Amino acid sequence: MTKQLVALRVNRRLHELAIESSWLLLDTLREQLQLTGSKRGCDDSSCGACTVLVDGIPMLACTLLAASCEGREITTIEGVTEHGALAAIQKAYGDWGGAQCGFCTPGFIMTVKHLLATTPKPSEEKIREALSSNLCRCTGYSQMYEAIKAAVEAEQKGLAGDEKNAPSRT
Amino acid sequence: MSDFSVVGKPIPMIDAAAKTTGAGKYTDDLSLPGLLIGKILHSPHPHARIRHIDISRALELDGVVAVVTGADAPNPYGILPVGHDEHALALDKVRYVGDNLACVAAEDSRAAERALELIDVDYDILPAYFDPEESMKAERDLIHENKPHNLEKDYHHVFGNPAQGFAQADCTVEGRFIANEVTHAAMEPHSTLATFDLDPVTGNIGRLTVWSSTQVPYYLQHKLSLVLDLPMSQIRVIKPLVGGGFGGKSEVIPLEIIAAIAARKARRPVKITYTREEVCWAHRGRPRTIIDLKTGATSDGRLTAVEARVIQDGGAYCSYGVVTILYSGALLGALYDIANLQYDGYRVLTNKPACGAMRGHGTVNVRFAFESQLDEIAAKLNLDPAEIRRQNLLRPPAITVNGLRVQSYGLPECIEKVVERSGWAERKGRLGKGRGLGLACSHYVSGAANSIIRSDMPHSTVNIKIDRDGGVVVYTGASEIGQGSDTMTSQIAAEVLGCLLSRVKVVAADTDLTPIDIGSYSSRVTFMAGNATLRAAQEVKRQIASAAAQKMGCAPEELIFRDDLVFRRDAQRGVPRLEGEPSGENPSRQRSRGRTHEQANTSQASVAGRVEGQILRGSLQQKRKEDLTPKDFMTFEEAVVAAIDFHGALTGTGSYAPPAAARGGKYKGAGVGPSPAYSYSAQVAEVSVDEETGQVTVHKVWAAHDCGRALNPVAVEGQVIGSVWMGMGQALTEEMIWKDGLLMNPGLLEYRSPSAAESPQVEAIIVESVDPEGPFGAKECSEGALAATIPAISNAIYDAVGIRLHEAPFSPERVLAALRAKKAAKPLNLTEGVDPTRPTRFREHGGALCFKQKGPERHELDASRAR
Repeated sequence: MTKQLVALRVNRRLHELAIESSWLLLDTLREQLQLTGSKRGCDDSSCGACTVLVDGIPMLACTLLAASCEGREITTIEGVTEHGALAAIQKAYGDWGGAQCGFCTPGFIMTVKHLLATTPKPSEEKIREALSSNLCRCTGYSQMYEAIKAAVEAEQKGLAGDEKNAPSRT
Repeated sequence: MSDFSVVGKPIPMIDAAAKTTGAGKYTDDLSLPGLLIGKILHSPHPHARIRHIDISRALELDGVVAVVTGADAPNPYGILPVGHDEHALALDKVRYVGDNLACVAAEDSRAAERALELIDVDYDILPAYFDPEESMKAERDLIHENKPHNLEKDYHHVFGNPAQGFAQADCTVEGRFIANEVTHAAMEPHSTLATFDLDPVTGNIGRLTVWSSTQVPYYLQHKLSLVLDLPMSQIRVIKPLVGGGFGGKSEVIPLEIIAAIAARKARRPVKITYTREEVCWAHRGRPRTIIDLKTGATSDGRLTAVEARVIQDGGAYCSYGVVTILYSGALLGALYDIANLQYDGYRVLTNKPACGAMRGHGTVNVRFAFESQLDEIAAKLNLDPAEIRRQNLLRPPAITVNGLRVQSYGLPECIEKVVERSGWAERKGRLGKGRGLGLACSHYVSGAANSIIRSDMPHSTVNIKIDRDGGVVVYTGASEIGQGSDTMTSQIAAEVLGCLLSRVKVVAADTDLTPIDIGSYSSRVTFMAGNATLRAAQEVKRQIASAAAQKMGCAPEELIFRDDLVFRRDAQRGVPRLEGEPSGENPSRQRSRGRTHEQANTSQASVAGRVEGQILRGSLQQKRKEDLTPKDFMTFEEAVVAAIDFHGALTGTGSYAPPAAARGGKYKGAGVGPSPAYSYSAQVAEVSVDEETGQVTVHKVWAAHDCGRALNPVAVEGQVIGSVWMGMGQALTEEMIWKDGLLMNPGLLEYRSPSAAESPQVEAIIVESVDPEGPFGAKECSEGALAATIPAISNAIYDAVGIRLHEAPFSPERVLAALRAKKAAKPLNLTEGVDPTRPTRFREHGGALCFKQKGPERHELDASRAR
């Protein structure tokens, strides 16, 4: 199949790529742009490990044609880190055991990022509902709720992005 | 309160940021120049002889570089030395739908997939066996010619005097339980990248390097050596991040060897990543298990005898099967005090993907049956389910009737805790219509005391090296698969050396760099690799102490290593502290996980301390000779510099082999089951049952787990919650559904791994029994809890609606059928309806129950309707 030039805007940078029209966004991100943070965990759009934000909306990159994303703003897990520091949700996931093997984590972070952008103080019910679009096999989800609550608190205290309290460990 | 500075603290995983930023690399994220993509051709038949494979058309396709078949690597292998019955690519026969036939290595995945369609295979189709009890009757068309009656292995163990035990019983209950097949479904599909060094002059094939999603790099290295006829020293296996294992990556999966075979033929790097469907075919999950169980007890609830006959549907290859069937019997012991035990275990071959090790290996299904039956006995004897369990506790230290040594035993406290937290006494039986509480217990090994490749060599070895600036590098073969292995290792090293955790770097699971470790399975890492780390760190510490003691004018034994300082015991109180250092009296911040200001500050101090340290060291070296007055304390870096000065280098090695006393009895099969320590778990589940739909909802699980000592409470809780949650999946929704050897639900949606919406709140309660041999007293925490969840839910369903379920998962169909039977007031053993010896009568592809003439109307186009 012949390739065509497509301009994709990923994590605020424009990339001009020669791709086939049948290529999926996930493969394009992973293979053409080496953005391997988005994962493939299934064959049937069921696991959510490839979740990216397209114009701020969580979408499954495994069922999206790359060419159809031209002119749209794509954010992957690699674009979540703020000013060289972990975003509050990333740090909270690490601190509270929200990530074990970590394979599903990028997808969850993208889902939660959208949740917190639309609902700054989500109820537990709302969190469960949002998280149900992604699958995790390690954590049983419980520690993710704690992580999200901690991130919400951190956001409210304005800790995120504050250099002095940049996340780290002993 | 024990006086530790790093151990016992809720510390974030040291690799957390790599995971939350997407920067961490899993095998499929890796690439090499000239990389080819491999795709595997799988058998569409469950049992067939291969007449001929023609790859010529595939080879002609543009982009195809190599096609390999069984003839390219004919050596057999298998994870167990007694079970070398697999070929990476089939030689003469395929034995399940999904068996591996050929592999295409091509420039991209599209070309490889197209080429698969051009491979022509001629088959002689053979009769196939899908049901274990049918398979055991087979006389001809055997799955493996050397296994009569398709019986992989059977064991018959008698301990004590079961007949006498049953004669003493006031109450005997018998029943058949079935637990259907489940799989790991780890989020990361298996992936392997293999490449050979080519000699630049001769072009000859040289060393092999493999990156693979494995729990045991050493086993992969070992099997690659067997199949490829290469010495192990010519093979380097590297484990990148692994996206979950649960046992599914604890043995060598065909693609791991196929990738190497293809790379050898193509003379280029080859990467193969399974699709989710292929992952299901690779499987190695928990076998469908039929358990005929008989338990006898006296009127006060004392168990007198247990008799179990267990049949496991093992699939087409041995895999870990011999170990699984032995665990099922062996782990009837070591939880309760049972004096008389009879066990008959049958591991049967069928034409389905091989079953292997899965979280709670061998114990889970039998534990479901046992704990359910114990509840039945309690009900018959009118005893409280918690009480009957208390009646049968072991009195450690003890050796069980089947030769298992039990030292630390936190089960009584686990039962107390869950009874208390769940409000058991007040709430049990009083939650109203359709809601109930159930209790169950379980246990698991902290690593097998005997390795599968039998030897007296250490199970774990760890090297530690300390550099001039105080950087500690731990080299361990233990595999981080998400459970926190690397974090545990660095915590233990930092605790022993008394240095900051941030000084410790872990180099893990690379067979060129790290000593042999038998990997991450059977919950062995904390106990065994942890002990090896502890010993290596102690050796290095001794070296530092002997040098520092000279500088400080005291005996090495008088030195204390703590908070990144080395100080004399008598000077402890007078030690000045660097700004921001955690103080010696630092109270453990209960439940305040590493997200506080305090921690951020210490970390900055460590960075600042480093810079300072370097300057300090420079001036130190100048001043060293002038300053002869003995010091009260040295910083860790100063002590390290002194030790390197004194010894020339600072390295240490530690290893761990289980003690002879923990290695079990002498009878045939006694090698499986013994462990240096067992973890214990007690759980209460609260469920509700919708009597209209048969839907079971788990609202909350209280899970108390005796992990010896929680080296990292946040990680322990995560493991316990994850185990309980996975047990709940097996209890309610997860099931591999087969029809004529074809998997009907090879995806995460149809397999129904629970999502956040249906996952209960799990309250993890840590019980610390402090094992005498565990590192700082620690035992396992990642598997033991799983086995208690299924019977806890089953017992809660009984409390809620009075039905006793004998087949897992407790799907709405099964619950409704049992409710109907109860209403009709006629006793129905649920398993009657799914008697596998008569599969045509009631059973539809292992899943839904369809009663004769009462089943759902079939679609008019459904061929089976004509029958």
